[in-house]
Amino acid sequence: MPLGLLKYGFKRDYPFEAEADIPAPSDLKPHYDVVIIGGGGHGVATAYYLAKYHGITNVAVLDKGYLGGGNTARNTAVIRSNYLTPEGVKFYSASVKLYENLSNEFDFNIMYSQRGQLTLAHTDATVRAFRQRAEVNKHFGGRTELISPDDIAKLVPMLNLNPANLPVLAGLWHKDGATARHDAVAWGYARGATQRGAQLHQLTEVTGIITEGSRVTGVKTNRGSIGAGAVIQAVAGHSALLAEKAGFRLPLVAYPLQAMVTLPVKPFLTPLVSSSALHCYVQQTSRGEIVIGGGSDPYPLYNSRATLPLKESLISSAVEMFPFLSEMRLLRQWAGITDMTSDYSPIMGLSPLDNYYLDAGWGTWGFKATPICGKTMAELVASGGKVPELIQPFELDRFNRFEQVNEMGATAASH
Amino acid sequence: MTRIKTQYVGQWIDVTRSKQFTFDGTVVTGLHGDSVTSALLANDIWLQSRSFKYHRPRGPLTLCGQDANTLVQTPNTPNVLADRLEVEEDLRVSAQHYTGWLRFDLSRLLDWFGRFLPVGFYYKAFFKPSGSWRWWEPLVRSAAGLGVSNLSVSAPYNDKVYAFCDIAVVGGGPAGLNAALSAAEAGARVMLIEQEPYLGGSLSYHAFNGDMTATQLRRDELIQAVYEHQNIRVLVSATCNAWFSDHYLPVLTSGRLLKVRAKQTILATGSSEQHAVFRHNDLPGVMMCSALDRLIRLYGVVSKRPVVVLAGNDLAYQTAFSSQDAGAHVSAIVDLREHCDDPALAIHAENRGIPIYKHCAVFEASATTLGLELAKIVIHRLDQTDGIGEKVATIKCGILAMSVGFMPAYQLACQGGAVLNYDDETAQFSLQNLPAGMHIAGSVNSMFALDTVETDGQNAARAALRGLGMSVEADEPNVCHQRVNHPWPFVKHPDGREFVDFDEDLQIKDIVNTTRMGYRDIQLVKRFSTVGMGPSQGRHSALPTARLVAATTDRTVTETGVTTARPPLTPEPLGLLAGRRFHPIRRSPLHHRHVALGAHMMPAGVWQRPAFYGGTERRKSLIEAEVSAVRTRVGIIDVSTLGGIELRGPDAAEFMNRVYTFGFIKQPIGKTRYAVLTSEQGVVSDDGVAARLGENHYYVTATTSGVDQVYRDMLKWNAQWRLDLDIANVTSAFSAVNVAGPLSRKVIETAGCSVDLNAHDFPYLACKEAYVAGLPVRMMRVGFVGELGFELHAPSPLIGELWDQLMTAGEAHGIRPFGVEAQRLLRLEKGHLIVGQDTDGMTHPDEVALRWAVAQKKAFFVGNKSVDILSKHPLTRQLVGFELGTSSPQPKEGHLVIHDGNIVGSVTSCEYSPTMNKIIGLAYVHPSDSAVGSTIIIRTDNDIHVRPVVVTTPFYDPNNARQTL
Repeated sequence: MPLGLLKYGFKRDYPFEAEADIPAPSDLKPHYDVVIIGGGGHGVATAYYLAKYHGITNVAVLDKGYLGGGNTARNTAVIRSNYLTPEGVKFYSASVKLYENLSNEFDFNIMYSQRGQLTLAHTDATVRAFRQRAEVNKHFGGRTELISPDDIAKLVPMLNLNPANLPVLAGLWHKDGATARHDAVAWGYARGATQRGAQLHQLTEVTGIITEGSRVTGVKTNRGSIGAGAVIQAVAGHSALLAEKAGFRLPLVAYPLQAMVTLPVKPFLTPLVSSSALHCYVQQTSRGEIVIGGGSDPYPLYNSRATLPLKESLISSAVEMFPFLSEMRLLRQWAGITDMTSDYSPIMGLSPLDNYYLDAGWGTWGFKATPICGKTMAELVASGGKVPELIQPFELDRFNRFEQVNEMGATAASH
Repeated sequence: MTRIKTQYVGQWIDVTRSKQFTFDGTVVTGLHGDSVTSALLANDIWLQSRSFKYHRPRGPLTLCGQDANTLVQTPNTPNVLADRLEVEEDLRVSAQHYTGWLRFDLSRLLDWFGRFLPVGFYYKAFFKPSGSWRWWEPLVRSAAGLGVSNLSVSAPYNDKVYAFCDIAVVGGGPAGLNAALSAAEAGARVMLIEQEPYLGGSLSYHAFNGDMTATQLRRDELIQAVYEHQNIRVLVSATCNAWFSDHYLPVLTSGRLLKVRAKQTILATGSSEQHAVFRHNDLPGVMMCSALDRLIRLYGVVSKRPVVVLAGNDLAYQTAFSSQDAGAHVSAIVDLREHCDDPALAIHAENRGIPIYKHCAVFEASATTLGLELAKIVIHRLDQTDGIGEKVATIKCGILAMSVGFMPAYQLACQGGAVLNYDDETAQFSLQNLPAGMHIAGSVNSMFALDTVETDGQNAARAALRGLGMSVEADEPNVCHQRVNHPWPFVKHPDGREFVDFDEDLQIKDIVNTTRMGYRDIQLVKRFSTVGMGPSQGRHSALPTARLVAATTDRTVTETGVTTARPPLTPEPLGLLAGRRFHPIRRSPLHHRHVALGAHMMPAGVWQRPAFYGGTERRKSLIEAEVSAVRTRVGIIDVSTLGGIELRGPDAAEFMNRVYTFGFIKQPIGKTRYAVLTSEQGVVSDDGVAARLGENHYYVTATTSGVDQVYRDMLKWNAQWRLDLDIANVTSAFSAVNVAGPLSRKVIETAGCSVDLNAHDFPYLACKEAYVAGLPVRMMRVGFVGELGFELHAPSPLIGELWDQLMTAGEAHGIRPFGVEAQRLLRLEKGHLIVGQDTDGMTHPDEVALRWAVAQKKAFFVGNKSVDILSKHPLTRQLVGFELGTSSPQPKEGHLVIHDGNIVGSVTSCEYSPTMNKIIGLAYVHPSDSAVGSTIIIRTDNDIHVRPVVVTTPFYDPNNARQTL
């Protein structure tokens, strides 16, 4: 047993309040230097890095629900950097690097686990695309390679190599692929940010954006209005709706994305495995549950309800990949709302308003970018709007410039 | 232990039919009708599982599949609920999640170390020094999990059933039976869904008004009426496992998933009995009153162990009485209240010689010497404020049955968006905001007295009938005054181990400490402590957690709430959901001819296509031979998978002109034209050949994988444009072959053709409707592979005969079928691009030299605005042809093109060309390297850089002389 746990056992009533991870609710201040709308991973990470690297601590993170209760809570915690475009690979690799040391930085275990991610190719076209991704990754120092069915069989012996009559031709083996306890990432950032002076206000819904000319001066909330020196929106699935309140439109379409989990069993599967053709991925959590996920629902919708048809098709694919799953039991099915861009890359940086910054368009790939988003958004705000090089390719203006960063092929069902 | 079978006891068992099975290797004898749990209890085996975290011994809690304490496994299946598993001869069942032996679990050590493992301990440790979680994680992982998966099991084939009804009634207890009958009487088609093997619900095990005879008479009357009613379809052993939008109900039965579409839903799902929270409330022997009732009434198991009943309501007294009537020794009733609501019950108990400890609580339970089962309880008096007072007694007992409250079976309602409100007066949650068409009846609607339950069922039926648009009489007034929930059945113990959540081994202090650490929202409490995350999804922990969190965070219980209810209701086998696992593939009508010719088939989207003909071991030489046949003689390829879209109508030309990049208004009849589609972003999205067959008639091909999207987009556009034409996807209606090679004309002439095929009458790019071998075809002279060639599109039923005739006619000319691999190589030699392979989601026409296929003077086509803007931007990459000598390593598709150390593009196509004896390919390169003669750098496998030269395309026959012959 780790020695760090001994202290809890020697006091009958350990004073947990003294080291509470999240401070008790407090009143809103009339003015903050920075207001961050959205208390998910991205929002609290931004607050954390603002305090840690830029000394900006008069910061409020507002959430209409609870800390990390949106897509931070609903995603299936895939962390990877094996994207297709150089812009994407550089960005997500930087995120993976930050993740690697996050537990120790927080002094809070986010259970970062580099198990590797395997994506299966069933067609020549996918093999070509995977080779390109592997090459781009290698170019930037990532550990990704194209492996043969024989290698796949050694890596995941219980995998069916001919699922649904779609023989596996090759696999994209991403050693840097990892998972983590998703909630803990938000908690760790919230803890670090609030310890440094930032405030987290849960159950605080932003109802309007107050502007003067092209500048934002504050936000209206269900608990009253507050002034703001700068505002960041980091609200994932609801990005377009919030932007509308700020008076501009974002090129986003919201789709529900569902996932599900089984009753826990003893560990048998270490890597994260996904199939490009079956649009399905399977992984086993530290608790032993099998998490199954796949593509978004086929139509746009702002509703996080679960559906039967998606469950049936997804499980049918999972059972094709791992036939013995048929004997396991499904415990829970849920959904989140994803804000999809046409090029499957995020929208980060400046907005049409001077001091209003965007962290949106996170579709199905937001969790893995949490650390680097927080870091670059903090840098952006602290510099008063100088866009960091790493996120320049993701600016909203790219759609006007016809400079999209197309990650469609590298996103698909692997998330 | 005796098995008793009378009219009211042991109703489900057949004492004449014994069944032997094994539990953890021991042979156990049960009876027909037993669940594994009841059979084990009949054999006095109370220890049936080990808990998730501390490996504490656990026994049955609810006996109706509502708790995780009876999770066992069979050879093929982990995590099976033993109280839902019927005994069968030779069934092999084992306990799970223990180290060593079930009775001596070495992992039990974790329980003694529990004080060092506070709630969420894994967030606080295991990561120092940096990276050490890597070593801890495997330990944590193997400690977690429950059952063991049998990885060699194959997936079954389970059909699914679609079913329909006007009103689905979920739950066949008194409320559901009444609801079903009332609804059916009024003429509605009713489906009654009951998860137990028999209808009746609590009427089978609970003596309403203390009168079992009257209860069961009423039950039999209702059941008989239900079965006799022609409007009611009864499903037993069937679990309605979710409520999806618009009353779409998945119903699990043995080996089948029923997908039920109802118009209205009545939930008569009852309620979950709740446990009292005190030290060691998880010992085997501590169970719900309803569980003891079920054990006796349904399974006829009457234990010799002394029984104590813990009462928070009057219902508990009935359990005490009926257990005594069945022959059990009831030593005491411990009542949390000062007195019963019905004073007669106390007198009745006295007359029966059962002592009552009034206003007392169980302070702690303790186990037998081995620590495996309940041995005794310590009773303390409660003080004025319901705090713990002095010790009153220690009572030996083997069974402690508790009834301190109920939680409505809220899951299906909440999946539909209903919310739970807590009433401080009744200490009960009730359901509000039901979705349209959903109604609740019975104890899920806080009705507990039998007459109110029955009336409630009838009222729910009336509401549902109104929902169907039928006129019905007004509801019967109906109020239930029976109190069933004790407001605070918690007894905190200085040494803890008072369990709130049995699944996750969470005690009072764990919940309280979670809130003290700042996780105050009920969702955060759940996520941090894992309360309610276990197999029973908070059925028993939701209410106590809400009460505890409300108390510690100074909120009301309603404000605190419970966590979101998500489907499914009970853990459901993946095999049932997967069903047939239907993943369809498409085959061309010529499929069996290809197979007979020895084709090696490959997937192309959802289609199967011949890659090449012959054994895989000779792949390379076979492809080369196929290429050579086309270049020197004649080849034939099945192109049936090509998309085909037919456009007819006065506005067909106008529509074509708007959708495709080229000009089509002036396209002559009898001519084909290359047709490129761009998206609104200006990206090349598909291509094909457009044949104008008449003034108002176009036939256009699209790529195999793209046609569905192209067709959808066309419909979408015309929904806006409202042009006068008809658009049909005729991909399946037409099939096609391409006959290519210098001798192709001869082959078709030999087969017999109704039109002249000479270059004058039928020039390159012409199209005609004609007869070949007496069969109607649409013929096009196109040149994808760069030879004289004809594409013959025929109605699909005729394509087999056409193929046969052409093969026969071609025999003398050396015709050879060729596959996708040869075709790819042939077209590469001609430098033709394949949309999707040589283009990606960003490619615009200028990057791939398709400007010639974009009309310059057209006012509009889809994407023209973007294409115009893009053409004014400097190019960032360009697709070029390159070639390499045969001694060079051959680049593979996907390898990168490097310029000044940066990635500028990639190889999209690359093959060894036997015709040219060179390696040729297409790649995106930096514009400054795009000039013919430039050298580019491609990084191949193992970091080997090759330096091919950019050349003009086509690589082969650059003047296109051969295809125009």
